Amino acid sequence: MRHIISLLMENEAGALSRVAGLFSARGYNIESLTVAPTEDATLSRMTILTRGSDEVLEQIIKQLNKLIDVVKVVDLNEGSHIERELMLVKVKAAGKDREEMKRMADIFRGRIIDVTDKTYTVELTGTGSKLDAFLEALEEGTILETVRTGACGVGRGDRVLKV
Amino acid sequence: MELTGAEITVRCLQEEGVEFVFGYPGGAVLNIYDEIFKQKHFKHVLVRHEQAAVHAADGYARASGKIGVALVTSGPGATNAVTGIATAYMDSIPLVIISGQVPTPAIGLDAFQEVDTVGITRPCVKHNFLVKDIAQLADTLARAFYIAASGRPGPVLVDIPKDVTQQKTEFAYPQKVSLRSYNPVTKGHPGQIKKAVQLLLGAKRPMIYTGGGVILSDGAPQLTELVRELGFPCTSTLMGLGGFPATDPLFLGMLGMHGTYEANMAMQHCDVLLAIGARFDDRVIGNPDHFFQEPKQIIHVDIDPASISKRVRVDVPIVGSVSDVLGEMLKLIKGAKEKPDEAALKTWWTQVELWRSRDCLHFDRTSKLIKPQAVIEQLYAVTHGAAFVTSDVGQHQMWTAQFYKFAQPRHWISSGGLGTMGFGLPSAMGVQLAHPDATVACVTGEASIQMCIQELSTCKQYHLPIKIVNLNNRYMGMVRQWQEFFYGNRYAESYVDALPDFVKLAESYGHVGMRIESPSDVEGALKEAFSMKERLVFLDFITDQTENVYPMVPSGKGLSEMILV
Repeated sequence: MRHIISLLMENEAGALSRVAGLFSARGYNIESLTVAPTEDATLSRMTILTRGSDEVLEQIIKQLNKLIDVVKVVDLNEGSHIERELMLVKVKAAGKDREEMKRMADIFRGRIIDVTDKTYTVELTGTGSKLDAFLEALEEGTILETVRTGACGVGRGDRVLKV
Repeated sequence: MELTGAEITVRCLQEEGVEFVFGYPGGAVLNIYDEIFKQKHFKHVLVRHEQAAVHAADGYARASGKIGVALVTSGPGATNAVTGIATAYMDSIPLVIISGQVPTPAIGLDAFQEVDTVGITRPCVKHNFLVKDIAQLADTLARAFYIAASGRPGPVLVDIPKDVTQQKTEFAYPQKVSLRSYNPVTKGHPGQIKKAVQLLLGAKRPMIYTGGGVILSDGAPQLTELVRELGFPCTSTLMGLGGFPATDPLFLGMLGMHGTYEANMAMQHCDVLLAIGARFDDRVIGNPDHFFQEPKQIIHVDIDPASISKRVRVDVPIVGSVSDVLGEMLKLIKGAKEKPDEAALKTWWTQVELWRSRDCLHFDRTSKLIKPQAVIEQLYAVTHGAAFVTSDVGQHQMWTAQFYKFAQPRHWISSGGLGTMGFGLPSAMGVQLAHPDATVACVTGEASIQMCIQELSTCKQYHLPIKIVNLNNRYMGMVRQWQEFFYGNRYAESYVDALPDFVKLAESYGHVGMRIESPSDVEGALKEAFSMKERLVFLDFITDQTENVYPMVPSGKGLSEMILV
């Protein structure tokens, strides 16, 4: 099953490689991983998108907790949560396709953030599956470049991950 | 007053009460060595290879219960230490390893003797640090000692660039270390402990299975009392030997791949299993699916939550220090109205004794060749079962585990998890330094001993009167055994050709060497060797080449699917 793991860790050199190393050493799957400092500069927050059975997930959480630099770990899938990912797509936008591309971006609530006479760059935010859907909806051959941030997530309502 | 980084490093070791630093100098640690030269608080032990420095610190830690300390230089010093570090990591041994690093401005520029030590060791340490700022040095070393010994112990490495050892700052050693991200649990959950006790008291076919966690948490007294109070059969992993006296009739011997028939059968057929400080690894329970063909309920006590429900599902997990949890269990058991089911226990013991009567460790006592098992039996007798025994890895290790009946914790020093050949001699040095007046034996084989043979020189320098019991069968015995069983007797590269004359080799290092070729000479030779209290004696026993370790659970098979003699 697909899980989003959120964790807070000491903002120290090498902390990211401890997590990445753990996943590769134990053969856990990483679909995406994002990390950045929080409002507290001593802490980084990492979001890992992974897949695995309940047993594997239990081990992942335990092994992450075992890392000395890791302060807190939650599996966001244990409660309701919000997930977002940002994508920038550079597409061909010349001639008759130009209007169609604008319409498509609007349908997906994307924003065109860079324009040339031949291209648009579309910014799109949403769940991973929404971003996938946008890419699938585009006509073949129109995509010049895609860049995605990987998922980040937060628990709904009172669920807070804080030290 | 301001101190240099090198002075601070040495002062920190003094503050921690370190007795011995095992190490080898080199460019990046010269400032630290200069400070060691000027002080008298701890002794530096110069090894002949950095792998041995870490193994010696490891042996010291296992035998004393204190933190072992090793000091190595950058680059090859650090990479040579990696095998030792990984060995300690797999067996959860508390070590602090200090490695030198090239000066901070040179890091990342492929400087002479530069290697990414923190990167290389990351997967085999409990934690590691690169100290780039001298202001952090004392604090980091204090953290290293705290992390190494608390919770599930393990090696912690501190990498110190050379310029940091030269810079100066005010020195204050932290009195207390606390980390918001690291708060290991020690006390077990009372509700879980209660549940466990109820399950144990209701068991019909109970079994107690113990591991290295008992030794590490100094839980042997509590374990011994608990097992005797309940009257349940008890087995131990390789790492746990000595946690419960092997001389007690309640003890069924070691379990696992080369465990006894009775221990493995009882594990397979029990209905309630109490696992204490053990981790159900592949060498211990074999195939987990087969293990559960006989339904059983499992109580698992371990300080590391990640060890619980890793290879097998557990019914009653208890996270906590073994000694604490067993202490709590004992209180409840003694206060309980219910007592263990006597009738059921009697039936169960009748079955266990039937398995035991199979006498699975028997061997040919009439052979004209020296049987390796007989050497260990004699070693046990001659040392009155009280020696500290280290081992290397292979057949000799298994025979020692089977035939030396360890009655006390911290007396059996062996590389269990990583299975590191070359561990035996250097770890024995650490043991002998921890217990200068004790009898220390290193049981080894002619293949393993050659992996750290250079330490005979260290033993001479520090007058370490270790007795090396070399079971010399001219084969990598365990490899040969697998090739006989599973590879159609094709002994690919397992014959050790061109062996040295170990007697002369020992003599050339200034020690005593003895070669023993006849079974009738075994006892006399051992007695003679152990009477030489001041000398290292290398006993080269020429043993039966064809002897195998039985019983054996083939890899991937179930515990009860043993090959027997």
